Amino acid sequence: MIRVENISLSLGGREVLKDVSAVFEPGKTNLIIGKSGSGKTVFLKCIVGLLEIDSGAIWYGDVLFNKLDFRARKEIRKEMGMLFQGSALFDSMTVEENVRFPLDMFTTMSYDEKLERVNFCLERVNITDSNRLLPSELSGGMKKRVAIARAIAMKPRYLFCDEPNSGLDPKTSIVIDELIREITLELNMTTIVNTHDMNSVMENGEKIIFIEEGEKCWEGNKSQILQSDCKLLNEFVFANALAKQLKESAR
Amino acid sequence: MTFRFLSGFGAYWMLLGKVFSRPEKPVIYYRQTMKELVSLGLRSIGIVIIISFFMGAVITLQTAYNTENPIYPTYLIGLGARDSIILEFSSTIVALILAGKVGSNIASEIGTMRITEQIDALELMGVNSASYIILPKVVATLIFNPFLTLISIITGIAGGWIVGTTAGVITSSDYIYGIQYAFIPYYITYALIKTLFFAFIITTVSSYHGYIVEGGSLEVGRASTKAVVYSSVFILLVNVILTQLLLS
Ligand SMILES: Nc1ncnc2c1ncn2[C@@H]1O[C@H](COP(=O)(O)OP(=O)(O)OP(=O)(O)O)[C@@H](O)[C@H]1O
Ligand SMILES: [Mg+2]
Repeated sequence: MIRVENISLSLGGREVLKDVSAVFEPGKTNLIIGKSGSGKTVFLKCIVGLLEIDSGAIWYGDVLFNKLDFRARKEIRKEMGMLFQGSALFDSMTVEENVRFPLDMFTTMSYDEKLERVNFCLERVNITDSNRLLPSELSGGMKKRVAIARAIAMKPRYLFCDEPNSGLDPKTSIVIDELIREITLELNMTTIVNTHDMNSVMENGEKIIFIEEGEKCWEGNKSQILQSDCKLLNEFVFANALAKQLKESAR
Repeated sequence: MTFRFLSGFGAYWMLLGKVFSRPEKPVIYYRQTMKELVSLGLRSIGIVIIISFFMGAVITLQTAYNTENPIYPTYLIGLGARDSIILEFSSTIVALILAGKVGSNIASEIGTMRITEQIDALELMGVNSASYIILPKVVATLIFNPFLTLISIITGIAGGWIVGTTAGVITSSDYIYGIQYAFIPYYITYALIKTLFFAFIITTVSSYHGYIVEGGSLEVGRASTKAVVYSSVFILLVNVILTQLLLS
């Protein structure tokens, strides 16, 4: 379980996170939604400690994560996997080396064991026969999937995904959503996903947090989201034409 | 301005502190160092040879034309060329050229890793990104650059010999007598010590400028320019200090 309490952060003289609190439970896909520029990426980077918060507290279980130094954080970091918005694959390494990297760095597995794990993870994300390719030879969606494979290579307890389905076609996007939900259940992970894709919100939203201008405006699940009376949330949810029509016709 | 420089200087030393902490998986660092030996060392041999050859040629010709006087024996041309090449050109000038080639390469590589979140990805896994990326580069250049300096000395002197004798400013036997005359082996040591300092400056200063990039590809370009400018200035500064310390 991850708990954040009243975290705030200013960047470049502007307050980009304002007093946000939330609880993320294991075995659930927790979603953070909000417009572009609302602070989702910043929020996620604060939770994992890539950005230092100005005030507040971040708990992993009963460990106060934001007060730990680099060495102590390392132990928790080994249990984290993260998919970055731009994939962040190491571009000097092949697909296989990318996924194997955390295993090389932190395990004492033999080469064959590592290879087996790598291939297992790549199969999970439907990437086969691409072990020797470099990231520059992959499409955007393939990069995302390889990045997911790398994130789950170490069987993490915590999984963070920054926009896993932006830039993907609807079908692949659904495959990725399902994959994230499946492995979350399988490994009983605490998963936090940033998204502005309403499709995956309605599929995956067991717990949804809506952020606007760095503030948490609403919290709930997918069955509550359509009935909420939060004005900003409604604007976000019913932004596209199809959703608007559905709402009109429901009346 | 002064404040910015000082805080940058402080951040540079803090980064070095992170770079020189104990490696977690020595095997992986060893493998990275081998890669860097190829990309930063072996791939620089070509340019070093070309530059040193022509430098040696020009120094020999200039020394010859400036000492066109019956009082001076011509073998002094060989001696003069040898000492300028060893003392200054093969260490300092070659270092300045490597600052341009290797320095911009390092800064743009690390800068790109920064803006594409690869450094964040390393940190997130619990890897000390500064040490993982920078230490192999520092070790590789410290090992390899002395060889580059020796290669430069040899090709420089050879260049002087080939061009000097072809142009007819000195006979082959005079040149060869000259480059052996009153030879001080300590000069080689001096050149190699300077090389080590310069190698350290090039890799760490360039890595620093790449590591702190924020923004996009424009900033990466700026960082690589800064890397070259700052490494060059520090090389020249340290050159003065070392010359005073080592030769006085
Ligand atoms: N390093 C930084 N310095 C200053 N401001 C920043 C920095 N990083 C982000 N911001 C600002 O913080 C705000 C939130 O950015 P963030 O990247 O979290 O948005 P986001 O919700 O992830 O958007 P998107 O959906 O487009 O990815 C933006 O207004 C951005 O300008
Ligand atoms: Mg974002």
